[in-house]
Amino acid sequence: MPQRYNLVGTHCKNCNEYYFPPRTICPTCRREARMEDHKFGGEGKVVTYTTIYNATDDFKRQTPYNLAIIELAEGPRLTGQVICSPSEIEIGMRVKPVFRILGRDGDRGIIYYGTKFVPA
Amino acid sequence: MIARLHIHRYGTTREELAAVAVKNHQNGCNNPISQYQMEITIDDVLRSPLVADPLRVLDCSPITDGAAAVVLAPTEVARKYSDGPIRILAAAQASDTLALHDRRDITTLDATVSASRKAFDMSGIEVKDVDLAEVHDAFTIGEIVAIEDLGFVEKGEGGRAVIEGVTAIDGDIPVNTSGGLKACGHPVGATGIKQAYEIVLQLRGEAGKRQVEGAEVGLTHNVGGCGGTAIVHVMSR
Repeated sequence: MPQRYNLVGTHCKNCNEYYFPPRTICPTCRREARMEDHKFGGEGKVVTYTTIYNATDDFKRQTPYNLAIIELAEGPRLTGQVICSPSEIEIGMRVKPVFRILGRDGDRGIIYYGTKFVPA
Repeated sequence: MIARLHIHRYGTTREELAAVAVKNHQNGCNNPISQYQMEITIDDVLRSPLVADPLRVLDCSPITDGAAAVVLAPTEVARKYSDGPIRILAAAQASDTLALHDRRDITTLDATVSASRKAFDMSGIEVKDVDLAEVHDAFTIGEIVAIEDLGFVEKGEGGRAVIEGVTAIDGDIPVNTSGGLKACGHPVGATGIKQAYEIVLQLRGEAGKRQVEGAEVGLTHNVGGCGGTAIVHVMSR
């Protein structure tokens, strides 16, 4: 899962647009597209956010946690957790990615890893 | 996250969000089949437990059991079955990206904007001719964004419109006279038909204590996901 572990998306060399999650075809350039993998630096800023106090069962242990829409420096937006105090997060805040446990299937199941964010 | 950005960008206040729930509970008290038959205050909303900050429990509609039905017939035969048939002037649907973060603007549901434009074109009705509307208030911010995106108020003015009473029963454009999803409950699959039922009652003049005087044109607005789809109907006597 390079996209989830390492924030790998794609870049169209024809129009210079970046995509996350990765796309095999550039929706703008179509057959003219020249796609390459791109590892996002991960630096981004908080576009908007919420703090979840009442979560689904899978996330109850993590409450309260911040969930934000993050705009990466290259342009694409994604939704992810921002690890900091609820009073610390704000719109426009700079963040950077960290490798973290995202969840697990019950007490003995598979552990899922991926990207969360922390204040930069 | 929509509410947070709306507050940040347009100066919408927590009290204005709460005013949606307060109004809809008031309306619900005048609807004998709404789930919540109780008035609430802005303070009640602001003191209720946080769910997803800034939204609290009383900003959220309850998921409810419920059922609703409509009888449809071609216009030319409808009078055989009903003394007060209501005409559907337009039915329009539009979609948008599933993910909120992929949207053109996070504080606008473009699906609502497109569906309502199509519905107004189809019906020949202008937004100023609409006498009342049932909109998708699954969360208080939803009603504020809906009245903006339907064109009842300018973008960013939704919160102020609600707290100033523009959307009250005796306001310029009464919204969610039934009590909305907030007070009626939100039986997901039945909600859209329940909205149509309220408009039919209102246009027939049978809405009792919550009747909008002289209502001739009504609109329903329903949403799937968090704006991935929106459906707008325009109806008249």
